[in-house]
Amino acid sequence: MSHVADDPRIIEFDVRTDEMLVNMGPQHPSTHGVLRLVLRTDGEVVSEVEPHIGYLHRCAEKIGENLTARQWIPYTDRMDYLAAMNMNLGWALAVEKLMKYQVSEKARHLRVLIAELGRIASHLVGMGAYGLDLGTFSPFLYAFREREKILDLFEEACGARLTYSYITVGGLTADLPPGWLGRCEAFLDQFEPIIKEYHALLTTNAIFVKRTANIGVMSRDLAIEYGCSGPVLRGSGVDQDMRRDGEAIYTAMYDGYAFEVAVMKDGHYPRDHEYPPVPADAVLGDCWHRFFVRMLEVVQSMDLVRQSIDRYSACKGPLGEPLKLAEKIPAGDAYLETEAPKGQMGFYLVSDGSAIPWRVRARSSSFSNLAVAPELCRGCLIADVPAIVGSLDIVMGEIDR
Amino acid sequence: MRGPGFLEQLDEALPGAVVGRNLEAIDPWVEIAPERIADVCGWLNSRSPVRFDSLQCMTVVDWCEPDPKKAAKVSWQPHLELVYHLWSTASRVSLVLKAKVPRWKGDVPGQLPEVPSLCGVWRGADWHEREVYDLSGVWFTGHPNLRRILCPEDWEGYPLRKDYEQPLEYHGIRGR
Repeated sequence: MSHVADDPRIIEFDVRTDEMLVNMGPQHPSTHGVLRLVLRTDGEVVSEVEPHIGYLHRCAEKIGENLTARQWIPYTDRMDYLAAMNMNLGWALAVEKLMKYQVSEKARHLRVLIAELGRIASHLVGMGAYGLDLGTFSPFLYAFREREKILDLFEEACGARLTYSYITVGGLTADLPPGWLGRCEAFLDQFEPIIKEYHALLTTNAIFVKRTANIGVMSRDLAIEYGCSGPVLRGSGVDQDMRRDGEAIYTAMYDGYAFEVAVMKDGHYPRDHEYPPVPADAVLGDCWHRFFVRMLEVVQSMDLVRQSIDRYSACKGPLGEPLKLAEKIPAGDAYLETEAPKGQMGFYLVSDGSAIPWRVRARSSSFSNLAVAPELCRGCLIADVPAIVGSLDIVMGEIDR
Repeated sequence: MRGPGFLEQLDEALPGAVVGRNLEAIDPWVEIAPERIADVCGWLNSRSPVRFDSLQCMTVVDWCEPDPKKAAKVSWQPHLELVYHLWSTASRVSLVLKAKVPRWKGDVPGQLPEVPSLCGVWRGADWHEREVYDLSGVWFTGHPNLRRILCPEDWEGYPLRKDYEQPLEYHGIRGR
């Protein structure tokens, strides 16, 4: 006992907290799989976040060097397993780009139909799980109820509920069963009015807005520098969507389809007269905007599904057979990015002329989206870390590959 | 990004950096001298007429045939090829850069080839370079935190090299 302060204020002033390392994950429920975050905290304030990834690493790229292009399709399923259809599509198109192959008109419209349904299913999980991150359970149940119906449709079309391998190199593995389009339309009719419920549950919910508005604000330049994409990029106000801005082979798929990129322009979102106004506290690039962009994309994808149903049913003739399992790929390399629900999914393929690719590469959107998390979390509160990481809507299967 | 005019400007700004090109390929590409890659990317990001403000993808192709019978038939010498996919948000165009480096520095197995890091150009390059180092074994000079990212820190070897052999055992777990 060297010194005892007489004035209690001095003692209070003297109390210091040490820096502490807190481990979040790899089994933390709010880390969306097996992500480990090491937080350096001073009291409640996070000074540094370091994500540790790789717990789900299978080196899918190495596996791809030992299989033919079509045989690798099931491995793409296991990347973003919440939007496996979109992963299949990305790889199939990248191979078709190198082969300069064009699928039939009917297959093209069916691909749009399936990919947009996949986007709705993925965003529903994104929305529901984000509610879970912030401590509300009900939206998750609502979201999964509707997602279940999409999975039922997918199961009817291809037999699987999670890992579809439906879209494949040169087309699709099978045509739709009879009556499927009617059931799909019935689902859309039932789903459309429900969107309003979601907005009441989350978008305009006072607690939800308090937890997300003005939290984790990402500037436009930061998003671009980190190579962020998808709703994360558009939530920061960058008007970019590969369905419109991508390469010809991909944008040709959406030729003739009417849709508007879900991004804020002049302070307005497309069709924002139908939906709740942006809360006063929210600023562009925060968690709320990233979430809202996904909600708008669900509506937009529903539109696209309706358009593709009309076009698909107008197409006469057969769907066309996919390419052979061991089809030879011409020598060369090709890279293609597609707009998957989580962001731009890129596939790179190098071929030496045989059926087995020399090198395959999957550029994951969640990988780049997660890389920006340490920047967003600097100086935030511990409770905001799940809010920020959740708003990026990552899937570890895609990050770790 | 197509058009030779753009390449001439790059050549003028950084003479000798462009060592090859193929503008007829499906994705036209430009080959850069590996030691100049950071200069070129810095120019493309801040001073070029078309600003390439984001690094979308970065990867390495290992040109090596471990099977001696097949190796006798190939037309290339063993090397590593770095492939960078850049994107310009404003102009919505992409650009492919390639750079060739030896498989091992000074042909001594185990000595990683060195390439300047792009972390100073795009902060997003950090994780991409860590992944390339982890899986393909390229050392990025000037990278602030070059550690393995997907494999465990004590993993040995570089799995995406063509001559990689999977370990028989890792901490008591059977490998093969």
